[in-house]
Amino acid sequence: MINDETITYVAALAKLELTAEEKEKAKEDLGNIIQYMEIMNEIDTTGVDPMSHVFPVKNVFRDDRVKNQPDRENLLANAPEQKNGCFKVPRTVEE
Amino acid sequence: MDITKLTALSLGQKIKEKEVTVKEAVKAQLKKIKENDDTYHAYITLMEETALKRAEEVQSLIDRGELKDSPLAGVPVAVKDNICTKGSKTTCASKMLENFKPPYNAEVIDRLEAAGAVIIGKLNMDEFAMGSTNETSYFGAVKNPWNVNHVPGGSSGGAAAAVAAAEAFCALGSDTGGSIRQPSAFCGVTGLKPTYGTISRYGLIAYGSSLDQIGPIARNVSDCAALLEVLAGYDAKDSTSVKREDYKFTEALVNDIKGIRIGIPKAYIGKGIDQEVKDGILKAAQVLKEQGAIVETFDLPMVDYAIPAYYVIASAEASSNLSRYDGIKYGYRTKNFENLSEVYKKTRSEGFGAEVKRRMMIGAFVLSSGYYDAYYNKALKVKALIKKSFDEVFKTYDLILGPTAPTTALELGKNLSDPLKMYLGDIYTVAVNLAGLPAISIPCGKDSKGLPIGMQLIGNLFEEKKILRAAYTYEQNVPGIGYPWEGGNQ
Amino acid sequence: MKQYETVIGLEVHCELATKTKIFCSCTTAFGGEPNTHCCPVCTGMPGTLPVLNKQVVEYAMAVGLATDGTITQSCKFDRKNYFYPDLPKAYQVSQLYLPICQNGSIEIETSSGKKVIGIHEIHMEEDAGKLIHDPWEDCTLVDYNRCGVPLIEIVSEPDMRSAEEVIAYLEKLKIILQYLGVSDCKMQEGSLRADINLSVREVGAKEFGTRTEMKNMNSFKAIKRAIEGERKRQIELLEEGKPVLQETRRWDDNKDTSFAMRSKEDAQDYRYFPEPDLVPIEISDEWLNAVKAGEPELRDAKRVRYLSEFGLPEYDADILTASKKLADIFEAVVDLDKNPKEVSNWLMVETMRLLKEREMEPEEIFFEPKNLAELIGLIEEGTINRTIARDVFEAVFTGNVNPSVYVEEMGLKMVCDEDAMRITIAEIVTANPQSVEDYRSGKQKAMGFLVGQTMRAMKGKADPQIVNRILKELLG
Repeated sequence: MINDETITYVAALAKLELTAEEKEKAKEDLGNIIQYMEIMNEIDTTGVDPMSHVFPVKNVFRDDRVKNQPDRENLLANAPEQKNGCFKVPRTVEE
Repeated sequence: MDITKLTALSLGQKIKEKEVTVKEAVKAQLKKIKENDDTYHAYITLMEETALKRAEEVQSLIDRGELKDSPLAGVPVAVKDNICTKGSKTTCASKMLENFKPPYNAEVIDRLEAAGAVIIGKLNMDEFAMGSTNETSYFGAVKNPWNVNHVPGGSSGGAAAAVAAAEAFCALGSDTGGSIRQPSAFCGVTGLKPTYGTISRYGLIAYGSSLDQIGPIARNVSDCAALLEVLAGYDAKDSTSVKREDYKFTEALVNDIKGIRIGIPKAYIGKGIDQEVKDGILKAAQVLKEQGAIVETFDLPMVDYAIPAYYVIASAEASSNLSRYDGIKYGYRTKNFENLSEVYKKTRSEGFGAEVKRRMMIGAFVLSSGYYDAYYNKALKVKALIKKSFDEVFKTYDLILGPTAPTTALELGKNLSDPLKMYLGDIYTVAVNLAGLPAISIPCGKDSKGLPIGMQLIGNLFEEKKILRAAYTYEQNVPGIGYPWEGGNQ
Repeated sequence: MKQYETVIGLEVHCELATKTKIFCSCTTAFGGEPNTHCCPVCTGMPGTLPVLNKQVVEYAMAVGLATDGTITQSCKFDRKNYFYPDLPKAYQVSQLYLPICQNGSIEIETSSGKKVIGIHEIHMEEDAGKLIHDPWEDCTLVDYNRCGVPLIEIVSEPDMRSAEEVIAYLEKLKIILQYLGVSDCKMQEGSLRADINLSVREVGAKEFGTRTEMKNMNSFKAIKRAIEGERKRQIELLEEGKPVLQETRRWDDNKDTSFAMRSKEDAQDYRYFPEPDLVPIEISDEWLNAVKAGEPELRDAKRVRYLSEFGLPEYDADILTASKKLADIFEAVVDLDKNPKEVSNWLMVETMRLLKEREMEPEEIFFEPKNLAELIGLIEEGTINRTIARDVFEAVFTGNVNPSVYVEEMGLKMVCDEDAMRITIAEIVTANPQSVEDYRSGKQKAMGFLVGQTMRAMKGKADPQIVNRILKELLG
């Protein structure tokens, strides 16, 4: 069920680069784990609404009032690379 | 007198009575840590300078007559390293955040400081809170103070170990699938996960957003209750924060559980549990009965489905929550890259450990198109059914009693090769997070190896007080298992 | 030669004019030094959490109601996961499963008549940051000021068939958004952006062809050219027997052609799932009705009212209502007791001229209506003539000057002293014998010339009617 393509696919989605060894281990581990998760199919969930939040809390809002001040120094303090007050990355292509 | 062996509240009392100064307490704690932490490895960062400075500030406040209503004023508190402390490293025990210093405090830190507590250091943990043995930390494994060849549990392994080894009076942990309770059980200390939404998640570095809660780990129920009172409260910065009506948790510390109905799920003491652990739970049940509680076994449905549902949901949310670690805004960035794509891939491959990577991939899988319905959506439905089944149970019982974990502390170095087996150890704890319920783990004995056994009491939503009362009553009526420093197998 | 039909659907992103961002209290003000309108929440720092700005929900509801949509009274947010440097959390909080509004429509009018364009859905989401390509170094710089600015995305049905229809749709949409006050719709600043989904098919075909997407178009001119260019390109491919590839293309307005964007190497699997850090939104009937009740008079209704209440011609009503700002100024000046047609003329002629000259949008007008009212008053009183009035108006337009003060300071009052005028007129007549001759031989134009010369000599301050009268007297 979990084959090489699956691992290539999910690794790409997660932006991970795996060695051949890691890929094999991942295939095995994910295979076992995902298969185990299928135990959920034993339960009939027809008509059950998927529950994201445990409490029926709704409508948590804020007022539209500016409260934040410029704080660039702190925000950039942990940046791996910065230039001219911006975060610096290799050149992006398109967009 | 070795101050470090006091409970948090006792220390608080002595500070109020001017028997001990805040600075003395902090210094004593720091000394103990420096002496012993090479052995246990509970700490990642010691905040010596800031703690000593803060000690002086707090002492002045106390001398001026302030903080009179704060029982924990002047008490040093250690904090799991996934909770943001402004200006101090917050690493999540990961290479990815090895040098990250957040420019803000978590809400709980502000609350602790307002109560006069002194943050003394950041505690070791499983990387990004993913693990049950504290062996996935980038900074090395934590050792169980009862036996250094055994794990302390995880992911709040550092917190539980520090409290057990007198390296912390009390600590903050976090619990997504049992990460406060299970290490508390393995280390013979007390740990509480509150109802979801009780303690603000602002500043808690997210793992499973719909499951995470911060909670206290301490040496007894009273300390936990006192700490819970400081931490709990509505926070407008957290949209999932709940406004509760009653925050007076210490009022529940009453030695009386007459008439309280306690149910033990048969599945919790059936197959898979160690005989000695089972014996420990049944003995505890007997104590509770003798104190007037009505204790009986019952059938809890859906037990087998909690772990798959939990791991689908937690991995899915984690895979999304950890995508922000991309080498661009903060944290680790790979040194060798030729383009943007390599920045992403190499940074994340070099910065994350194996367990984190595994969960990123599982999470991506269960959310991916084609599988979303069968896995993620299905898990959300199972979660709904699990919650419903607990709703039914709490119509009959006030509390659910069971073991916190199926075994006592596992041996070091034997657990990471079979992840699925490790996940199955969470069987008694994950359902609690799925349903948002409060639960506590307290020590109820030791096995023949001298390792602590933990029992778990689960309450209905918002019923921490019932849990605390039962736990306190139990604690008051048994001799206690002692501490590792009292001649345990160190 | 086969006949082809173009099928176009639009995804319009509109930045909402709230004061703060959607999930944090940072300002949404345009511009600013990079990363100065940011906080830990909108830069995706670890441990931070979103809190929803209520105004965003109300604006989104207003747009849904104004486009006849059905408001989804139980809606929520979802995470759209992908990696890109302008997205600090590596997911965008959006709405996939339960967007706030569905099944609306807009009626447009083109040279072929009226047509209804369906709106499939409208949803709320957060904007991403900006990428700046460094001209000196091979790198890109990221500015998160825009990150977290609230957006609504308006997704149309593929009901449009020509560039003309697309422009009509966008213009109508723009007016609705401006009238509601939910957005300043400045395409050049990026507060309104359109993605064009275009395919072609043979006339009469039942299936749609393969469509391409052109993203972030931000001027009507470029949109028109892009549609025409892409239509041509796709038809050429089909005529050659080649398939149209489903891809995203970038329109280069300078080169007048589109380029396929390098496809992202991994699948665009966004792995949408419900946002666990935000709770669902429940819109009660009361709330819905309150928003409905608060809706301002929209353009079509206003246009009708201008015809009936003010007796304006259709042409005037059209132009005045094309911009809410203009309409607001018009109504304010009329309220100060001024003749609607007079006010209308000032706005349609002089104001529009000055806007065009300075490449300004009506929204950028800053003069106060009371100053225009006062100017009109000065003409009515006879204090200044219309020629001078135009100059004074320009001063009002550019500097919001008080007209009376300005006229006084610049000495622009109309000269009515006939004796002074006669002297000047006599000089003009003497200096222009040929024109006098022409006039006397029947050329009316010559009178205009003499009047003009007199006005010039008197620096425009004479009452042209009096000049005219005196000249006619003199020349017989």
